[in-house]
Amino acid sequence: MHDHEHDHRQDNAHASIADTHGDSHYEKRATAIIALLIEKGLVTADEVRRAIEQMDERTPALGAKVVARAWVDPAFKARLLTDAKSACTEVGVDAGTLAHIVALENTDTVHNVVVCTLCSCYPRSILGLPPDWYKSLSYRSRVVKAPRDVLHEFGLDLPLDVEVRVYDSTADMRYLVIPARPPGTKNLSETELATLVTRDSMIGVAKARTPEQ
Amino acid sequence: MSAKFKPGDNVRIRVGSPPGHFRTPSYVQGKVGRVEAIHGEFRNPETLAYGKDGLPKQILYLVSLDQTQLWKSYTASLRDRLFIDIYEHWLEPIE
Repeated sequence: MHDHEHDHRQDNAHASIADTHGDSHYEKRATAIIALLIEKGLVTADEVRRAIEQMDERTPALGAKVVARAWVDPAFKARLLTDAKSACTEVGVDAGTLAHIVALENTDTVHNVVVCTLCSCYPRSILGLPPDWYKSLSYRSRVVKAPRDVLHEFGLDLPLDVEVRVYDSTADMRYLVIPARPPGTKNLSETELATLVTRDSMIGVAKARTPEQ
Repeated sequence: MSAKFKPGDNVRIRVGSPPGHFRTPSYVQGKVGRVEAIHGEFRNPETLAYGKDGLPKQILYLVSLDQTQLWKSYTASLRDRLFIDIYEHWLEPIE
């Protein structure tokens, strides 16, 4: 591929972007199954590519839009807490046919944080893909048992009179945390408010950003 | 839909390790909790996982547990609770 001579430093640079690790057993198995499904005509390569593309199109910005509307419109928030999927459609967020979304409100007295101890269930249709730490054994095993320690590691310490509720999504429900609206945001527009709503605040390991942060 | 339990009921989560797939983690098995809500009826994941239709649908409950009762070493706060989704056939009544 290279028709010129180059020295050691460039070799190291190339090595850092070379694919040297090889696929794991499960990556090889997944690749083989996909190839087999395509070979047997059950799916096309383009359908696989499109499904991945659609997953990647979902981002936390969708959830942030929902939260910002809940912050400015109490009646919307009430509808969101009763039937999250329907409420999401009001702000143009389509949670999809498979998802059962439940919204959880963080207040002065209750702080919710979400996990899936069994695997990595997560409201992907409105937040996109979960972060790697969410899928780690460390998070999944420790947040149910020592939530305040885990939150502390994320930089969040809560008073003892706040009830910490850990939601373990073991079944069909996918939980979306509505973080508390930060102080000093009365004059912000709904669009500006949405920029304060982070992915981590909708999982419950952080509060929403303040305008200063 | 005839639910066996209603919000406010105290329930015990059954102990079991049936062959195949099930979604009741061992850390809550044998523990006592309180029904918070009824999510509705859903196909049984224990049979869905093996290509069956998951029928009849099972009633799914939101159950909360006191963290200080759930874990021997939980001292952080008396108010903290664990909320978990459990299917009806994994719950037993308590007086």
